[in-house]
Amino acid sequence: MKINELSVLIGGEAGAGIARSGFLFAKTCMRGGLHVFGTIYYQSLIRGGHNFYVARVNRERVYSQLDYTNLIIALNAETVMVHKNELDYGGGIIYDEDDIQLTRESLERNDLKLYPIPLKRIVREDLKERRLVMRNTVALGAAFALLQYDLRLLEGVLMDTFKANVAESNIKAAQIGYKYAEENFERNFGYRLEKLETSEKRIFLNGNEAIGLGAIKAGCKVYVAYPMTPSTGLLHFMAANERKYNMVVLQPEGEVAAINIAAGAAFAGVRAMTATSGGGFCLMSEGLGMAGMTETPLVINVAQRPGPSTGLPTHSAQGDLRFILHASQGEFPRIVIAPGDIEECFYETMRAFNLAEKYQLPVILLTDKYLLESQRSVEAFDITLIKIERGTLITERYEGEERYKRHKLTETGVSPRALPLTKGAIVRTSANEHDEYGFTTEDPEITTEMMDKRMRKLAFLTKEIEERNLAMIKFYGSKEAMATLISWGSTKGPIMEALKILSRENIVVNYLQVLYLQPFPKNKVEKVLDTAKKTIIIENNKTSQLSSLIREYTLRDVDHKILKYDGRPFNPGYLSRRIKEVM
Amino acid sequence: MVILKELGTPIKIVWCPGCGNFGILSAFKSALVDLGLERKQVVMVSGIGCHGKIVDYVNINGFHGIHGRVLPLATGIKLANSELTVVGFAGDADCYDEGWDHFCHAARRNVDITLIVHNNMVLGLTTGQTTSTSQPGFKTKSTPFGSISPPLNPIANAIVSHATFVARGFAGDPKHLQNLIVQAIKHRGFSYIDVFQPCVTFNYLNTYEWFRKRIYKLEDEGHDYTDKWKALEKSLEWGDRIPVGIFYKEERPTYLDQLPHLKAPLTKISIGNVDITEIMENMA
Ligand SMILES: Cc1ncc(C[n+]2csc(CCOP(=O)(O)OP(=O)(O)O)c2C)c(N)n1
Ligand code: SF4
Ligand SMILES: [Mg+2]
Repeated sequence: MKINELSVLIGGEAGAGIARSGFLFAKTCMRGGLHVFGTIYYQSLIRGGHNFYVARVNRERVYSQLDYTNLIIALNAETVMVHKNELDYGGGIIYDEDDIQLTRESLERNDLKLYPIPLKRIVREDLKERRLVMRNTVALGAAFALLQYDLRLLEGVLMDTFKANVAESNIKAAQIGYKYAEENFERNFGYRLEKLETSEKRIFLNGNEAIGLGAIKAGCKVYVAYPMTPSTGLLHFMAANERKYNMVVLQPEGEVAAINIAAGAAFAGVRAMTATSGGGFCLMSEGLGMAGMTETPLVINVAQRPGPSTGLPTHSAQGDLRFILHASQGEFPRIVIAPGDIEECFYETMRAFNLAEKYQLPVILLTDKYLLESQRSVEAFDITLIKIERGTLITERYEGEERYKRHKLTETGVSPRALPLTKGAIVRTSANEHDEYGFTTEDPEITTEMMDKRMRKLAFLTKEIEERNLAMIKFYGSKEAMATLISWGSTKGPIMEALKILSRENIVVNYLQVLYLQPFPKNKVEKVLDTAKKTIIIENNKTSQLSSLIREYTLRDVDHKILKYDGRPFNPGYLSRRIKEVM
Repeated sequence: MVILKELGTPIKIVWCPGCGNFGILSAFKSALVDLGLERKQVVMVSGIGCHGKIVDYVNINGFHGIHGRVLPLATGIKLANSELTVVGFAGDADCYDEGWDHFCHAARRNVDITLIVHNNMVLGLTTGQTTSTSQPGFKTKSTPFGSISPPLNPIANAIVSHATFVARGFAGDPKHLQNLIVQAIKHRGFSYIDVFQPCVTFNYLNTYEWFRKRIYKLEDEGHDYTDKWKALEKSLEWGDRIPVGIFYKEERPTYLDQLPHLKAPLTKISIGNVDITEIMENMA
């Protein structure tokens, strides 16, 4: 009997409420003091395709899905056919016997436990419901019965998630499912969930929501974005909170408009943000350069999915690193941060707004579908950790002796930033090269000075970050190790799990996560490389863009590359096998 | 209150002598004086082209943006600080070609900004090519055999896109234009003036003379600018007689009017202690 170690897969047709059911299952587990990770796989269509949600539950912190599953909740026949081979030894299947007839013989698996339930009939006859989606909740109720988990936790989640009357019928459905399983099946399932006491306050959310929370907490006042998977969830989150948090959340005519509206808002003095995926970012790149040239603070979340072009719209990849680093003509400073987990989505978003204003430049959060649309239970965020810093902002009155210069040459490269309507200052800027006042110029000397000024901000920023010891990299594991894994962004989750698997096999590896890709933490990375016995880079792209970056800055090659570019994240078991192969 | 003298800048004006942009510049400056605004209250936004240089010639806040994006930039500024008066200056290629997709949306959205288009029916700064308002048969280096497609009708487009203030002016009549600009800026909502702006260097066809021969004032003929059908009819008038003045005007709540939660300009909202505990509670 395994207690509090479970992986569940809920599958069904697109449009059948799979994501919602996954969320309900996972959150119910969290409410019982368990740690949960959940991720959704879906296709770029609205009806008919195959969707599935994978929830991983454990008594300890979890960072990703696993390679296998212990329980399949099949809301159609296809789910069984597609996923039956992912079932671990002794796994179970909850399915509707009116969808598909299963026997252990036909599955050629003697170890499996089969739990047929007439889900649709229960909905029609017992619940007298026309909404077929209620069968999902019947199945969830049955699952918690098999797992001998407290049904009241699910009832609580249903009450908090739905309006009263919808919650009520769902609770009824869950109870019927629970009872059906108790009455019809032996208590023979080899997995159980048990409530744990915890003093930690946890929340359950995905990357988009964590970024949205970070933005709201950071005081973002204008959020402008055009829908594009996987950034769309952030637009929804911000829009839902527009009124409560005194923001303007606007969906304009496209990405070009989005970045220019955000830039205008930032120029006028509010914290502004936009988000998109690679295709939309192509359209934004001219605006990005304008923000760089006019020293306008902007935060942009670029949510990667597989390219080129439209690629695989609802899947995940890390193919845009080089593009993000170099997008737009000319040379200008930018900051690129790649959060690797939900917590970093929140804290780095808050930091991104500070950096954008302090150094007056665009900051890009480079994320991906896997990070943004996977949910995890995490400790409630510490809102005291990052204070708002607005740099050289002048809002009320400019009191300098000389006429105000928006682009004043300074030692750090950062100029005092008055806003339009500031007393005593006329504020002007230009996307053309300009002098200190912001008047357009073609003077060769001023051109050189201004380029130097803007680029100087990067050196200033690097120095400050180092002095304040802000994490630009993170390092996990012991110094002494047989190999060092290196990655950026969302591969962190499966790598953290692979580390656990390897350490159980007494294989000692450590892990370098590169959090800041621009400015590149050269010294810190070099220091890790100095002591690494063997380096293995792990990326969701074809050409290993991080290793080319490491070579560029450190003149060193990594020893091995583990690359995956099929649109799907790494599973930790697969990853640990690949790591062992190259070691 | 600003006086005309304070509105000049030390920057040398680099438009061709006789260029219609001079008329727009002087009309705008005089309009600011008429309006009694302070310099710090007003932001100019411009695109790229000969017209775009105008921000450097007026001593108020300014953002010389990129080609075609005057409207989104101006929109963002106004959304962030509704106490600012935001005036966009775009070229005909800038607004009607490169930035055309923003035009009808700005009209629809009705953010309280003003757009002035320097319509010289040619790309000036790139040394004279056809734009979407060039006349049929117009010969340039990019259309040596004459422009093929019929010109765009921005006035009619503005009206059907729900713009709440639609006007046309003529750079050769700065007094009249000044008055239009005053009314446009006073108007609450998206106000738009297309300005015939002769390009004396690259537009051999649409000269001051060409316009003077054809132009008449809507107000002289008793046009009722509250009548949308009449406005649309007038907007289609082209050829021997071309109307200038206000085509259409209506009062409609602005974009920000329709966000009841905003009690103050966003720039004035303190961001030091935003409380997110409630959202986190809902996620627990
Ligand atoms: C994205 C982009 N495309 C092209 C150009 C080159 N360009 C500079 S000015 C201009 C057009 C000028 O025409 P218009 O907007 O009518 O302004 P005018 O010079 O006539 O005042 C163009 C296409 C540019 N700067 N940016
Ligand atoms: S090229 Fe035409 S639009 Fe440009 S400054 Fe000369 S006359 Fe004016
Ligand atoms: Mg032009």
